[in-house]
Amino acid sequence: MSFAAVPQPAGPRLLSRRRLRVLALPPTVLLSFVIVAIVLLWALFPSLFTSHSPVTAVPTQKFLPISSAHWFGTDYLGRDNFTRVIYGTRSSVLNAFVAVGIGLLVGGVFGLLAGFLGGITDALIGRGVDVLLAIPGFLLAVVLVVSLGFNTINVAIATGITMTAIFARIMRAETLKIRQSVFVESSYLQGGSPLFVLFRHILPNAYRSVLALAVLQLGNAIIIIAAIAFLGYGSPPPASDWGLLISNGANYQQIAPWLIYCPAAVVVITVLSINRISRWLRNTN
Amino acid sequence: MATQHELAHSAPDAATSETLLGVEGLSVAYGDQQVVSDVSFTLGRGESLALIGESGSGKTTIARTVLRLLPKGARILGGRMDFDGREIAGISDRAFRPLRGAQLGFVPQDPGNALNPVRTIGVQAHETARLLKLKSRGEERERILETFAEVGLPDPKRIYRSHPHELSGGMLQRVLIGLAVMPRPSLIVADEPTSGLDVTIQKVVLDLFEELKRSLGLSLLFITHDLAIAAERADHLVVLKDGVVQEHGPSKSVFANPKSDYTRELQADVPAINPNRYRSIHLARNTAERNALGSQIEVRSVSKTFGDVVAVDDVSFAVQRGKTHALVGESGSGKTTTVRLLLGLEHADGGEIVVGDGVVNGHSRSQWRSVRRHLQLVYQNPFTSLDPTWRVGRIVREPLDRFGVGDKDERRERVAEAIRSVGLPEEMIARKPANLSGGQRQRVAIARALVMRPEVLVLDEPTSALDVTVQAEIIDLLFRLQSELGLTYLFVSHDLSLVRQLADTVSVLHDGRVVEQGTVEKIFANPENPYTQALLQAIPAVPRVDQSRRVLDPAPV
Repeated sequence: MSFAAVPQPAGPRLLSRRRLRVLALPPTVLLSFVIVAIVLLWALFPSLFTSHSPVTAVPTQKFLPISSAHWFGTDYLGRDNFTRVIYGTRSSVLNAFVAVGIGLLVGGVFGLLAGFLGGITDALIGRGVDVLLAIPGFLLAVVLVVSLGFNTINVAIATGITMTAIFARIMRAETLKIRQSVFVESSYLQGGSPLFVLFRHILPNAYRSVLALAVLQLGNAIIIIAAIAFLGYGSPPPASDWGLLISNGANYQQIAPWLIYCPAAVVVITVLSINRISRWLRNTN
Repeated sequence: MATQHELAHSAPDAATSETLLGVEGLSVAYGDQQVVSDVSFTLGRGESLALIGESGSGKTTIARTVLRLLPKGARILGGRMDFDGREIAGISDRAFRPLRGAQLGFVPQDPGNALNPVRTIGVQAHETARLLKLKSRGEERERILETFAEVGLPDPKRIYRSHPHELSGGMLQRVLIGLAVMPRPSLIVADEPTSGLDVTIQKVVLDLFEELKRSLGLSLLFITHDLAIAAERADHLVVLKDGVVQEHGPSKSVFANPKSDYTRELQADVPAINPNRYRSIHLARNTAERNALGSQIEVRSVSKTFGDVVAVDDVSFAVQRGKTHALVGESGSGKTTTVRLLLGLEHADGGEIVVGDGVVNGHSRSQWRSVRRHLQLVYQNPFTSLDPTWRVGRIVREPLDRFGVGDKDERRERVAEAIRSVGLPEEMIARKPANLSGGQRQRVAIARALVMRPEVLVLDEPTSALDVTVQAEIIDLLFRLQSELGLTYLFVSHDLSLVRQLADTVSVLHDGRVVEQGTVEKIFANPENPYTQALLQAIPAVPRVDQSRRVLDPAPV
């Protein structure tokens, strides 16, 4: 009679394999991370990337096309368009973070409550979410900005509110799924209180897919914020939000197309990169 | 059991010479990882061959290679496959397609997932029937109904109109077998065709395979993890481990005279083959503790109804202190509900449940909390019962934290003690479940149940998600813990051969009622109830191997 209690050595192999996994990122994901990192650095330290001023006009140099001196050309006041894009990154991108933060926090809490408590709470929150989803998000954001006042932080708040519904949905679905899992029942059997189970078991397991959604929504938020700025509901000039740059560029589309295409390309590339990262996060769950 | 014996001995003589499927030097890799290495075997016309192995042994990959159903990313590194005198490893997909279905039939593992839930069985059967190139849909329908009758489905017309959810698992598997044999293929590949089915249904399905093999002259390639089933049902065995053939040959000789260590280990670990593995422990315990210790758990006339369904109907049983009582039954027998009632996860409609010396049903939440300190549960599937975001140390410590036992140092000491007692190295404390094997996870789950030093462990099919060698390790561990700690076990299982090894007393449940109970010796030697008898007959009757003399003689059931 042998009691085969075979101790298995803890392998250092796991560590090295994990390190390899970082190197083995799909190339498009790696590229996306690099792009997003550059955009974030623009937002945080714009002066490191350009020696021009975003506001000082140089009348002699207006409407210069793309060149090695002016990568994105210059605008009607002779300001370097690349510099304007870089300085506009902060309000465009950081406000997208604020918007997603609001959506995540408010939507997440409501979704968690709906999924965990169920019953009447779930029904009430669920109908509220339905109403919110029934209104086109962009329209709602514009209405909110108009009533809150025109500036970028209000745009962020408005965008965040339109996003709460979808976060609430996902959070509720995840909570419902995890609430029924065996390890949750096991925790109750081990004497765990509902609050303990909620914060120690359900939240940590739900956050992965909600995180993937948050990243995806970050891309959406950048687009919505740019669109609102395009319509002129964001911060007034001389701010250089991406949407505002595109809007101003549209006035000179015939003579200086780079004023519209360059900022637009930055928006598109940034959003595509973020979407790629989101998809990768979801697939590597 | 005479019929099975005839089968085991009646290796087809006429057709042995002609090879239908020959696999030679086959190697397959997923990415950089080689999962099948230099595998060769041959399957004669009208014969059956079983590929045996545990998870990761490459058995399914081999079957998928033969059927050309390998997932994306898999590559054949080398080797050849001859089917019906024709090399099929190198031919194009276009050339291969006419073979699949028509010449090579496939019966999948999980009948519940293999059919489209929103279409009727008939519609899906016509997809297969199209392979027959019959003249009209009416002719196809006729052939489908004939086939359903052939595989023993009652009322084929009703089956034809049904949706998959209207049929039981056993019936769905018959449908799938029917669809596989309808085009009259020469080879059927069956990937664990009975692992999702109840034991009595399993026997019936395996009998059906035997019968079709004989009546239609089919060759069968079984993929299975169950050595007992393979030995009983297949003419030839190929034993695989980590993608390498350990041993192959006629079932009888592999079984009587295993040459590789791995086959010997498998043979020792399969409960159906070794009913008396732990008898010495039972005997020693029974003589040492002749004086009755009284009962630890008593369930008296407990009932539970869900809507119109009576899940548990007047169930009574008692578990003696320090002993193992088994609840045996198939799906829907009420065994899981009984356990949930005992743990306070459901509330009984009537009856009494006594744990230790107090009646527990009707307890408030806080009263249940104190009961559960002494009554711990080990779940069936360690892949779902451990929070994937927690580390092992915290998982095992959870009950101590929740019940507020001791201070920080004492908890750490008790966690380490529990981890050691289940035979895991202490470094595991820092790991997450994803970095543990199934067996290691179940050890963690047992450690978590032990850390409160309970008196009773409820074991809900604790090994059914594990490989057979791992199962044997866990059962060994459970015996050791019981001897060391004087634990009382309530063991829930559908696996009678395991119950025979492990338990002292048994209650057999059927449709929510206890149909028979008593000591293991009595139930297994002298089953009185017809349902118990059917369950016992479903245990594979393998040729018994006497370790000292190595001769074959019939296994008494």
